Amino acid sequence: MFELNEDQLALVETVRDFATAALAPNAAKWDETKHFPVDVLRDAGDLGLGGVYAAEEYGGSGLTRSDAVLIFEELAKADPAIAAYISIHNMVVWMVDAFGNDDQRAEWVPQLASMESLGSYCLTEPGAGSDAAALTTRAVRDGDGYILNGVKQFISGAGSSALYIVMARTADTGSRGITAFLVPTGEPGLSFGPNEKKMGWNAQPTRQVILEDVRIPAANRLGAEGTGFGIAMKGLNGGRINMGACSLGGGQAALEKTVAYLKQREAFGGPLINQQALLFELADMDMELESARTLLRRAADALDRGAGDTVRLCAMAKRVATDAGFNAANTAIQLHGGYGYLAEYGLEKIARDLRVHQILEGSNEIMRLIVGRTLAED
Amino acid sequence: MKIVVLVKEVPDTYEARKLDSSGMLARTASELVPDEINERALESALRYQDAHKGTEVVVLSMGPESTVKTLRKMLSMGADSAVLVEDSSLAGADLVRTSAVLAAAVQREGFDLIVAGNESTDGRGGLVPAMVAEHLGLPLLPSLDTLEITAESVSGSCAIDGGTLVVNAALPAVVSVTERSAEARFPNFKGIMKAKKKPLAKISLADLGLSPEPGARSTVTAAVERPVRAAGTKIVDEGQAAQELADFLAANRLI
Repeated sequence: MFELNEDQLALVETVRDFATAALAPNAAKWDETKHFPVDVLRDAGDLGLGGVYAAEEYGGSGLTRSDAVLIFEELAKADPAIAAYISIHNMVVWMVDAFGNDDQRAEWVPQLASMESLGSYCLTEPGAGSDAAALTTRAVRDGDGYILNGVKQFISGAGSSALYIVMARTADTGSRGITAFLVPTGEPGLSFGPNEKKMGWNAQPTRQVILEDVRIPAANRLGAEGTGFGIAMKGLNGGRINMGACSLGGGQAALEKTVAYLKQREAFGGPLINQQALLFELADMDMELESARTLLRRAADALDRGAGDTVRLCAMAKRVATDAGFNAANTAIQLHGGYGYLAEYGLEKIARDLRVHQILEGSNEIMRLIVGRTLAED
Repeated sequence: MKIVVLVKEVPDTYEARKLDSSGMLARTASELVPDEINERALESALRYQDAHKGTEVVVLSMGPESTVKTLRKMLSMGADSAVLVEDSSLAGADLVRTSAVLAAAVQREGFDLIVAGNESTDGRGGLVPAMVAEHLGLPLLPSLDTLEITAESVSGSCAIDGGTLVVNAALPAVVSVTERSAEARFPNFKGIMKAKKKPLAKISLADLGLSPEPGARSTVTAAVERPVRAAGTKIVDEGQAAQELADFLAANRLI
């Protein structure tokens, strides 16, 4: 598992070519102008990035989670915000593909995998974040359909997506009373809040999703009633390691930029890289990133195999990798001195983008809770 | 329709290229990749294939064993099969020899159209497509910026001094394309995973009915590294700058 096979090398090379040509030259501009590049996402779909680990049956790429972490790391080297968006979209596609019936898969997977259409994942609410089982969005059975009411918070891609997977309460039985629904855009009663002003992730929109008496057919229920929380949590295992991989890519890019800078920046009579205090900082960045990479690959392998300790390993890898990535980006700013603080050098953007990876898809405190509980329960 | 695309593996253009002690290109000094011009040649063939199901696209190369990686990349982009002429006696083969071997190989493979790049990024001889056409007794449409393939013919345009030449030929024919021709696609993930299952045939000189010709190789009599770039001329404005600038541009025939 420590050496990439020929296919993986070819996948990474292709993603690098794409990211270098299509993402990297535009990343700063998209961040500055808050532009969501749906046209480039469509090109990403042509590559197979829309349904990385969805089955080939309905147009997915049929790759493994171990392939996916390599792919997302490579994408994030060019633009963490777009890489992370693509990860979230992939979680939606995988959920439809893994838990949908044949009709649902046939309708949604082809258009989502090609990224002709985009998907959003709606779990968090204004009053329910880490405590997701406390969500209050309600779905009430109404003849051959359901009526949904509630507000979803921090929804990536909201307003641009064709499909929203909404977790809603169908019974007052805690996490067992939650059901997943496929809500297509354009349904009467579905609306969106304004695009949030954020610290980073500016190349993708984040809005509230507001459901007011949205009536959808019962055929849009994803899985059985009461299975929504399980679906949400299973999706997050993969989401977490992808987000870790996105942090790793951003951190790696920051490290590489810093090594190049310290080699050419002269002070005190020579290149700064000769200053051992700074060299040690680089070494620490490299060690933290490589440790995170190793753990990520192990977690991805566990997820591929359906191993018993998947949840624990994915939580560990998410926490370790998102911290390592942010720390590397933050240190990179420091080692660039005043230039690191300028937008032109591209480092402050990496730090701003990676900061949120420590918060979302289960905050890093929740990751520690998951890991801690496995110790306490043993 | 069967289209054979000629492919050469070259050192990556984005890295510095080095000469070895004999003055030949050091092939292992940088990463070996498909010549970008060949990816454009393949793209032209694939576009015809996209629109005309049943079209067969074969990529064909002469080179060492490592060329398999380049051919796999072309297969992942969408070519149906690959042929590698691999024979240690061909190392360093000159243009005449290379074109004779390629001609024999495409003849063995069978084709309606041969698409090549106009010149390689490394050797830049620019003669192989013409020599292959000559061996095969076929028309050559050289250095096309645009290319249109139909079931019976091929046509395109190429830039010449002071104009554009619009040319066409009945099939079978040989064409070469320039870097202004079709922008190559990225291989997609499915293509990459499928590539290793596609046929890749390795053939030797003996398979082509040819024997080694040890003398048919290029030798370098002298090689000089490109001189380090000298500092440019600085003009300080002491009232004469405009005149000096104009003189400089005139002297370099830029105005």
